[in-house]
Amino acid sequence: MPSLKEVRTRINSVISTKQITSAMKMVSAAKLRRAQTSILKLRPYSAKLNEILSRLKSSVGTAEEAVYFRQNKLNHVLLVIVTSNRGLCGAFNSNVIKLALQTIREKYPEQQKNGQMSLLCIGKKGGEYFQRRKFQIVGQNNQIFDQLTYENSLQISSMLMKAFVDGQYDRIEIIYNQFRNAAVQTLVCEQYLPVPEVKEAGNKIDQTEYIFEPDQASIVSELVPKTLKVQVYKALLDSFASEHGARMTAMHKATDNADNILKELRLTYNKARQASITKEILEIISGANALKG
Amino acid sequence: MQIEIITPDSTLFNGEASLVQLPGKDGSFEILNNHAPIISVLRAGKIKLVGKDKQTQFFEVKGGVVEVKKNKIIVLAE
Repeated sequence: MPSLKEVRTRINSVISTKQITSAMKMVSAAKLRRAQTSILKLRPYSAKLNEILSRLKSSVGTAEEAVYFRQNKLNHVLLVIVTSNRGLCGAFNSNVIKLALQTIREKYPEQQKNGQMSLLCIGKKGGEYFQRRKFQIVGQNNQIFDQLTYENSLQISSMLMKAFVDGQYDRIEIIYNQFRNAAVQTLVCEQYLPVPEVKEAGNKIDQTEYIFEPDQASIVSELVPKTLKVQVYKALLDSFASEHGARMTAMHKATDNADNILKELRLTYNKARQASITKEILEIISGANALKG
Repeated sequence: MQIEIITPDSTLFNGEASLVQLPGKDGSFEILNNHAPIISVLRAGKIKLVGKDKQTQFFEVKGGVVEVKKNKIIVLAE
């Protein structure tokens, strides 16, 4: 049986931990709401953009002239790994890292062996992990989440596009958490460049003859980079919203758990208290009896 | 005709219009009802929009793409 004092200290420490976790939960909930609105606003934009691109593709037939479609021999591969800057968000980061490791192991063992596998880490957590394990990290960007805007994301997307066009990498993939709702994130590994086959719009009969202004080639060359930029921004926003969702859920669970522990501790405390009272009464009575003797 | 102007961060306009003037890459152009299907690239400028009630509105864009099809205009602005 633990002493009364010990239990009291533990109760106090659990109470203060609970205060912290519930405060973090509140903060995450507020941040989540903001992140959620921005991702939900971007989604229709990106969907429309892809729709136009797929229409254009059926009209253009061969979009191969655009450099972003170039299929090279798979030598250098770049993985963009989007994690968070802070922890305490459940399995959020470890899931991304696990998928990244799995992708490297299963899809690109050759490149990994030849040192042609590069990583770009966005978010501190992934960066730390891969740095410790001596992976080849070409860049890291932790500040982006401080102020996540379309303009700031351009910095990353234009860097990626330039590296691909220059032939530095033959394939670029992005791994991130896609936001479903506050409690659910889906891990995705998306091929970024070369642009994967554009999916046909749902109805195949749709062969409207468009007027192209100024002409098809320049529209494609305008549209494809735009899609790519939006894609990076979307991945970042998705990950950001997911992070807060994951943290909120994790902190909610932690708070619930703290409640349970508190309940048990209070029970033990009261039991110990009663035991000590009983013991004292016994002592007094037996002392009195001895005096009467 | 239906028009929707959206940017990565928000929806600027969604509703009916009777005339839309867009800053095309090779010069400004207008779209009226029953315009032929067109896909075009925009440069930085102002989108002029005349609504059903003859009210004129302006939207500033930094560039974008426009698609017109069957009296439905979608402007993906930046």
